[in-house]
Amino acid sequence: MNSIQKNRLKDRLFMYWGMFSTLIGLVLLVVFIGDILIDGLGIIDWSFITNLPSRKAEKAGIYTALMGSIWILFLTAFIAIPVGVAAGVYLEEYSKKNWLSGILEINISNLAGVPSIIYGLLGLEVFVRIMNLGASVLAGSLTLSLLILPIIIVATREAIKAVPKSIQDASYALGASKWQTIWHQILPASGGGILTGVILALSRAVGETAPLIVVGALAYVPFAPDNPMDEFSVLPIQIFNWISRPQHGFIENAAAAIIILLGITFIMNGIAVYFRNKWQKKWK
Amino acid sequence: MEITMEKTLDQKVVVNTIEAIDTSKPSKIEVKDVNVWYGDFQAIKGIDMEIKPNTVTAFIGPSGCGKSTFLRLFNRMNDYIDSHRMEGKIKINGKNIYKKKVNVEELRKEIGMVFQKPNPFPKSIFENVAYGLKIQGIKDKKFIEERVEKALKQADLWEEVKDKLKKSALALSGGQQQRLCIARTLAVEPSIILMDEPTSALDPISTSKIENLIFELKKKYTIIIVTHNMQQASRISDYTAFFYIGELIEYGKTKKIFTNPEKKRTENYITGRFG
Ligand SMILES: Nc1ncnc2c1ncn2[C@@H]1O[C@H](COP(=O)(O)OP(=O)(O)O)[C@@H](O)[C@H]1O
Ligand SMILES: [Mg+2]
Repeated sequence: MNSIQKNRLKDRLFMYWGMFSTLIGLVLLVVFIGDILIDGLGIIDWSFITNLPSRKAEKAGIYTALMGSIWILFLTAFIAIPVGVAAGVYLEEYSKKNWLSGILEINISNLAGVPSIIYGLLGLEVFVRIMNLGASVLAGSLTLSLLILPIIIVATREAIKAVPKSIQDASYALGASKWQTIWHQILPASGGGILTGVILALSRAVGETAPLIVVGALAYVPFAPDNPMDEFSVLPIQIFNWISRPQHGFIENAAAAIIILLGITFIMNGIAVYFRNKWQKKWK
Repeated sequence: MEITMEKTLDQKVVVNTIEAIDTSKPSKIEVKDVNVWYGDFQAIKGIDMEIKPNTVTAFIGPSGCGKSTFLRLFNRMNDYIDSHRMEGKIKINGKNIYKKKVNVEELRKEIGMVFQKPNPFPKSIFENVAYGLKIQGIKDKKFIEERVEKALKQADLWEEVKDKLKKSALALSGGQQQRLCIARTLAVEPSIILMDEPTSALDPISTSKIENLIFELKKKYTIIIVTHNMQQASRISDYTAFFYIGELIEYGKTKKIFTNPEKKRTENYITGRFG
């Protein structure tokens, strides 16, 4: 066998290995989703969504957990978006480039990789105990805000970096101040990218379980929260709770709740993709 | 019309209170012993120069000799480069624009700039031209519309775009985009216009359109243009300055520089023997 044939063989082998790996991923995903759909799809109806939790599987619904998740989602967005975007703009446009900002930069990137339960512990100490917020929607949202802040900051900076320098030059040359240039040129031009990052970060927040358990979110709450100081549950915790019950009915409930949670994250990711494409088109 | 006139007057009053340039007079530029460094590297070496009002002055010289650096001193665009350091004085109508008190934003409303590559904002044609006015806080719609139309006419673009002002500026051709950038600059009514190789990215027809435009504009504005194109310099400029590795080698009437330069280096460059 000469070297050309050898290379060809290697090429082949690598291709098959790649195909095999891709297929494994796909097949597992399809089996998993298929399994859940079979278990859960029959359960989903309007009453499943609007019913309060119950000891009887067939009467139990996700209303409180769904409302808890929605509360957490919006409150987290409300806290994390302004802070994260502002921090990203500051780091990219205002802070002087020196060793301090270098350290800050590395740390923020690293923070995005810290296990979420650590954020839970931080939230428990700072928000629940020191700030005395209790196991409330607000404490949970603040904790998740911390968790997704690094993601939003990094996404904001990347989006701003992608704005052509020539656009900023043009704005400054017309007598615009720094703030006007950021507000009228940089943010609109990077808005698609920032939004994509924000939505992806929020869809991560919706799926988080561990930090909220640590902060004290409940597996069972009788009513949906109606203000930020209320106690709450969220969909992932509800799912976890149902799955750990022995009765088969609850396993089906869990599958149905998973479908809804997946649906929410898919929709959010879809929105993110939509904005990214729209944004890219504008620049080409 | 009465009201809008008053508005502009008001604005000039504001401008004048913040140590800015008196625009009622045409603008004279004096450069006194200017040195520029990027870190340790000296890009501009002790340049003295005076630029006359209502003329076109061409900056020529080989790549990297500091033409852009020098040009960007006049509207302080180099301020954004961290490693940049400048010494010396640049006076516009007698006022040193590098004094601490100078409001850089006000300065840039008086000194417009057109860049090498057309760089329209990713907004509509109208919004591009109106931008400079809107950031000044001008809200009067009719006034803005009139200014936009006037500027587009001055830039010889009105006929081509008057039916699609709401369309994206990015859909225009390169030459149209560059004229849009000129219109955008004119809308703010500066007294000096800096142009950094404004036609180097354009085809010959677009280039000659812009050259004609410069010819028209010099009646009302002081224009400084960096160019690599010797024919262009000789066609459109009244004065020419030849730079070489950060130094001003020769500066004078374009006719003289191109027919009878004093320095050998200038002659070699102009006749294409180097550069
Ligand atoms: N931002 C910068 N940082 C460091 N050096 C620079 C920078 N801009 C320009 N220079 C250097 O300064 C010199 C003059 O550059 P420039 O003014 O762009 O020349 P020209 O416009 O005549 O081609 C060049 O040697 C260039 O490498
Ligand atoms: Mg240059």
